[in-house]
Amino acid sequence: MLRIPCPWCGTRDEVEFRYRGDATQSRPPPEGTPEEFTRYVYGRDNPLGWHLEWWLHVGGCRRLLKVERHTLSHEIRWVGAPSDLPPAERAV
Amino acid sequence: MPSPPRFSAPAAGPERTSSGRYSLWRLLREGLGGQRGWSRAWTKAAPRPHYRVVVVGGGGHGLATAYYLAATHGITDVAVLERGPLGLGNVARNTTIIRSNYFQPANVRFYEFSLKLWESLERTLNFNAMVSQRGTLNLFHTEAQRDLFTRRANLMRLEGVDAEALSREAVKALVPLVDLDNGRYPVLGGFLQPRGGTVRHDAVAWGYARAASEAGVDIVEHCAVTGIRHQGGRVTGVETARGFIGADVVCLAVAGYSSELARLAGLTLPIETHVLQAFVTEGLKPVLDVVLTYGAGHFYISQSDKGGLVFGGAIDGYNTYGQRGTLPMVEEVTAAAVTLLPALSRVKVLRQWGGVMDMSMDGSPIISQTPLAGLILNGGWCYGGFKAIPAGGFTTAHLIAHGAPHPVAAHLDLGRFAAGRTVDERGVGPFPYLH
Repeated sequence: MLRIPCPWCGTRDEVEFRYRGDATQSRPPPEGTPEEFTRYVYGRDNPLGWHLEWWLHVGGCRRLLKVERHTLSHEIRWVGAPSDLPPAERAV
Repeated sequence: MPSPPRFSAPAAGPERTSSGRYSLWRLLREGLGGQRGWSRAWTKAAPRPHYRVVVVGGGGHGLATAYYLAATHGITDVAVLERGPLGLGNVARNTTIIRSNYFQPANVRFYEFSLKLWESLERTLNFNAMVSQRGTLNLFHTEAQRDLFTRRANLMRLEGVDAEALSREAVKALVPLVDLDNGRYPVLGGFLQPRGGTVRHDAVAWGYARAASEAGVDIVEHCAVTGIRHQGGRVTGVETARGFIGADVVCLAVAGYSSELARLAGLTLPIETHVLQAFVTEGLKPVLDVVLTYGAGHFYISQSDKGGLVFGGAIDGYNTYGQRGTLPMVEEVTAAAVTLLPALSRVKVLRQWGGVMDMSMDGSPIISQTPLAGLILNGGWCYGGFKAIPAGGFTTAHLIAHGAPHPVAAHLDLGRFAAGRTVDERGVGPFPYLH
């Protein structure tokens, strides 16, 4: 059971949340190349290690969270708002 | 079709031994001789400095690829590198189900090709894999679901695959334990593929390993790949825990870890790694003689020959390499079990485990060349890797030997994502956690 510290609601069980995938993807500009859009839609780093990802707190505040979680230990070391960036020295 | 392996001493390596042909006569003879005449089923090889083909991953697909390279294409200068002991990854972690009841015609053809290879596998490999075509039964619980299953069954029949519609009464006759009149999800009927069933999964790894070894393939255990060397856009070999091994072709068959291995070659794949859990109960007398799947939740169950009920559900739903799984999915799967089969409420679950899988961005596998010449990918198996082992190995070997995809696997190329030809079985888009 993951325990996710929501910045607005406090620490809650994972069953209150819905996973929404990799948070490192950024949409290319409209004039981007087909290769850039293919990378954006389909390419995933999928690391064994620290992973920045979206979680939607559907059973709580219904806000989107940005979570930095380890994909092997499941440890969560940072949670922020969608516009936040994780601490720079921990760049993913 | 592949020719049977030759059970004579092959040329590669002086220390290689043959395990001989297995038969009833052999069983009797060894029994009378105090079981002292058996030898190791495969040779544990030490890696040579160079191979024509190096297959990374000693699971079902890697071993099958090596076997078909040797048996069908005569390419025996092959090594299978496994980071741990043989066959302890996903080939030993699945729920052992084989079937070809898919929706997309290209997928039906591919999995039906696999099912046909399963049907002759034991004779081909001279190994008892306990292939049991007991039938797979999918239940439906709403009118809309009945329409969807009917459409799927008709699409299967157009491809020449067996599929039958069953009434409520026929479902009850086949599986007396089913609660037909559940207040929320009554069972309206079922959809049966009589040729579906189960296979003893460990024996698949052992059978392919033995036959590949007999045919001259080197099986190297405890040989983790730590780097992929390439020059001028062409792969030249792999760095391993046991030194550099040169290769003309490197094939990755490491589903679950494909992204990590591809990263060593500088590639990004359309794959996320997720965990899928499985469970087995205490042994019971025979209560279930088909593979049963629930239509109102993600749940599938069969009874092993030892009597334990083997079942599983959906992925936990977030990226993970942890081969364990967490409790919310345990609760969801067991709740589905007792909703469908209330008699199971007092049965004890003995073991639970997880396997990590490549969830591809369209829910279909990838058997393909990659942007790096000489690097072949067999991965992205999602939930369907086990049932696809014979076809996956056969078509990957074809791709390596001919440099062009086998017709039944041509739609599984890596280029389909950029070209917009995705094979989206469930029609949910590029969201692996939904597949």
